Amino acid sequence: MNGAITRRRLLGAGALGAGSLILSGCDKLNSSPGFRSLLQGAEGLHMRSQRLITGDALAREYSEAEMSPVFRTNGSTSVKDPGYQRHAATGFAGWALVVDGLVKQPLALPLSTLQAMKQRTQITRHDCVEGWSAIGKWQGPQLSAILAMAGLLPTARYAVLHCADVLSGAPFYESIDLIDAFHPQTILAWRMNDRMLPIAHGAPLRLRVERQLGYKQAKYIMRVELRSTLAGLYGGKGGRWEDSLGYPWYAGI
Amino acid sequence: MESEDAMTADAEPRTRHGGDLVKRHSIVTRLWHWINVLAVVIMLMSGLMIFNAHPRLYWGEFGANPDRAWLEIAETNGVAFPSWATIPSTYSLADARLWHLAFAWVLALGLLFYLIWGLVRGHIIRDLHIRANEWKPSHIWHDIKEHAALRFPTGVAALSYNVLQKLAYCGVLFVLLPLIILTGLTMSPNLNAGLSALLDLFGGRQSARSLHFIAAFGLVGFFLVHIAMVILAGPINEMRSMITGWYRLPKEKGDAA
Repeated sequence: MNGAITRRRLLGAGALGAGSLILSGCDKLNSSPGFRSLLQGAEGLHMRSQRLITGDALAREYSEAEMSPVFRTNGSTSVKDPGYQRHAATGFAGWALVVDGLVKQPLALPLSTLQAMKQRTQITRHDCVEGWSAIGKWQGPQLSAILAMAGLLPTARYAVLHCADVLSGAPFYESIDLIDAFHPQTILAWRMNDRMLPIAHGAPLRLRVERQLGYKQAKYIMRVELRSTLAGLYGGKGGRWEDSLGYPWYAGI
Repeated sequence: MESEDAMTADAEPRTRHGGDLVKRHSIVTRLWHWINVLAVVIMLMSGLMIFNAHPRLYWGEFGANPDRAWLEIAETNGVAFPSWATIPSTYSLADARLWHLAFAWVLALGLLFYLIWGLVRGHIIRDLHIRANEWKPSHIWHDIKEHAALRFPTGVAALSYNVLQKLAYCGVLFVLLPLIILTGLTMSPNLNAGLSALLDLFGGRQSARSLHFIAAFGLVGFFLVHIAMVILAGPINEMRSMITGWYRLPKEKGDAA
């Protein structure tokens, strides 16, 4: 009997020891650059496999009855920039979206022009990386139509969304590649839930790229820049969250 | 040929009895078992960190702070699950996702490979298939009583799984692990577009997230019972059989100890 108890105690102590070893070992591995790059290797696998499975398929669109009663806000909910605030005070009447970079014809598109373009309205689900989801109604021109007006140069690979807000001391930006930029559900929304897009949700323009997570849905878009590479822009990882927190650039899961 | 699990071990069953060392688990089963242990533990601990980012669960397609949660885990010191239970130990949703989504491939491909191997090589049909007579309530009840009294099979009988073991292993292989993988995929906005049938199967993204969490704790439950049974049945012998493949048959009743 004594032997059994000793063995049990030994096992218990062993389990505890193994547990703390696992924990400190995992934290060490977590801060090891080599191990991190091994784990990050899976991100490319996610993008390629998801795109192989999904192709051009549309994100699910919902009925009005299925919408969230309250669509919560997240990230920046206001913008300090005085220029932005002046535009906000006039309902963005004198404001224009800049489209430049690797394009044949740089553009400055006033909100009225964006509103007069062919519109797409979609009721879709917004999935935050934290785990929550909200269903809302979005309206705006397709990004593909705006890019067609500007005309892409052959070297263009990414559409970078430059935003008016500053998050933890650095300007917010996001980027998508041309596969998502030309997807029919990728729109620049100026209307949400049948009203003008509220400032807390990103007025005057917010990206909707429906097959990716919430942090890709850039708010307060001021400028769309076409680029051949994301290297050399801010942290080089293609987005504010990607640069500062290490979220993956491709947010399909 | 590699000797297979349990029933087809190398020696003739009649010639083996309590005390003999016999080959029990094939190399494939042993490899998968330990790779899966690693993957499940990492998935669980990184998953708890991901849960800490939003410790509320909902049913249906949507669900966020203004909506009614069916489960909310109160935060202590700012987190729902404590640092000893999470990877990494200090709050980082991005790092937890890095671990979780990388090891998801190990878990899913490992299970896929093991199920295909188990079907092709007959391990599932031979050792895990629950026969008609084993489904009888009287048989199951008898097994429950034997377990409760800590009376385990001895001799050659110890080589075949009893019905409770079969139910537990089948529950993990065919219910909990597939459920946790598929509900995980259903949380992907990209795959929601490509595999929209999964959204309907689980009743929406937030339902899938809830089921994912429930399946994870189903696996924790299995793990606790499994470890308890290993300890009760003889931890050295059981561990040796899952590491080296060799298992010493428990002595029959009446044999000298």
